[in-house]
Amino acid sequence: MFQEKRPERLIDLNGSRLDGRKLDQLRQIKLEVGVLDKANGSAYVEQGKNRILVAVYGPREAHPKHIALPDRAVVRCRYHMAPFSTEERKSPAPSRREMELSKVIREALEPAILSENYPRTTIDIFIEVLQSDGGSRCAAINGASLALADAGIPMKSLVSACAVGKIEGQIALDLSDLEDKYGEADMPIALMTSFNKITLVQMDGSLTLEEFAKAVDMAVDSCNQIHEMQKTALKGEYLMIKEEVEEKEGSEGAGE
Amino acid sequence: MSSTPQRSPMARIEQRSIVDMISHGKRIDGRSLTDYRDLKIEVGIIEKANGSAQVFLGKTKVMVGVKVETGDPFPDTPNEGILTVNAELVPLASPSFEAGPPDENSIELARVVDRGVRESKAIDLEQLCVEPSKKVFVVFVDIYVLDHDGNLIDASAIASLAALLNARMSNYEIKDGEVIFRPGYRPLPIKNRPITVTLAKIGNSLVVDPCLEEEQVMSARLTAAIDESGRVCAMQKGGVEGLTIEELKAAVQIISKKANVIREKISEAAR
Repeated sequence: MFQEKRPERLIDLNGSRLDGRKLDQLRQIKLEVGVLDKANGSAYVEQGKNRILVAVYGPREAHPKHIALPDRAVVRCRYHMAPFSTEERKSPAPSRREMELSKVIREALEPAILSENYPRTTIDIFIEVLQSDGGSRCAAINGASLALADAGIPMKSLVSACAVGKIEGQIALDLSDLEDKYGEADMPIALMTSFNKITLVQMDGSLTLEEFAKAVDMAVDSCNQIHEMQKTALKGEYLMIKEEVEEKEGSEGAGE
Repeated sequence: MSSTPQRSPMARIEQRSIVDMISHGKRIDGRSLTDYRDLKIEVGIIEKANGSAQVFLGKTKVMVGVKVETGDPFPDTPNEGILTVNAELVPLASPSFEAGPPDENSIELARVVDRGVRESKAIDLEQLCVEPSKKVFVVFVDIYVLDHDGNLIDASAIASLAALLNARMSNYEIKDGEVIFRPGYRPLPIKNRPITVTLAKIGNSLVVDPCLEEEQVMSARLTAAIDESGRVCAMQKGGVEGLTIEELKAAVQIISKKANVIREKISEAAR
């Protein structure tokens, strides 16, 4: 079994991190929309070594019927990690961590969904973490909000998320697995970007009140950055469809 | 899978009156927005547990028992003892609790309390190692909610800390990797006393220590644990709406002030 070692330093003398990033730099992010055939909406996210698939089904008839709410849709969320997604094999049975994350991710997304438009239905969000690399709940939220939009579910805003933490006494953006493990603090934050409202905050570690305030500002900035990437990913999908349609129309026109 | 919860059975008119009063700086039980309910802490009530405490926070009642046993260490921390926090929302405590395996609410409760104790390094786990990679002490913190009238997180965290401060384990010595118990007792190695405080956002106000009715109308909830040096060591947002950035920062300021007051109370009770 591959055994990772504690790195000697998380930040080198030039101020760059294990993967060469600066303190306020995000990892490479790749966002794709509409990657699954059967789901009503779907998205694929890569952030660092995170690889996450999200599918949205719904609004659809509530099953079993008694879970339906008379005045709005029931939003259901499942965050699940594949057994091969971690260093040690993870049992596929839902862990306590996954149950907690399912709840906080639902609470992060639900404020953005106009669920009162679809009473007596369910909107199901299924998140599968294929490979995890720290900050997977944030990457999952970024993907889930794209998948909801891809499913055509009306929303007040996209939700963008990013973690910020502390390594070797310094506030750093978007911690990787190792930085989270050996760092001093980790704080994931999700933002409803159009309203500047925070829909998820969690924290563990140790931060002074000043560090906390600084970390929040840093996270909010990069949530806005991620919001732009999300918009590009969504538009990209529909530009592609538009081009396809135009091409088709063009060739049909030529045939006549 | 986590689902949208059922809406509270409270009448709309009652919900509106709670929100209305709070917008005028008043609460249904006469407290100010930053008042805690009456807090009473009793310790050492369960003789068979290593440590125990019962907390009355207004009408909310939570009991915590601490048990210390030996067990296998985790492979990634071979020379540290183990802390395990579990919460039971037993059906006698509320009409909304049902018997069965822990649901997301009890898991969240246990994990938020766990995070406060663990991240503040309240227990010196290295002192609970018997033989590295072979045998360590396991500290079980079992939260038992007995009456649910709101703010279970704070009541549980206070009770957990009081029970840990109250806990005694047998004197022991280690011979050939075996633990041999000796007469007399010693306290658990407690290094820090984290305090967890919860605020609810109702209307545009932040209120400290929400009671059950207030929890049913709150749009969001923020919990933070503050350690002895005044640092934030754990945080959790809950609820179906968001907080503005200003609200989040203001909330943490309120929480850090409130935490000191409560810490004194616990230390007094556990003495």
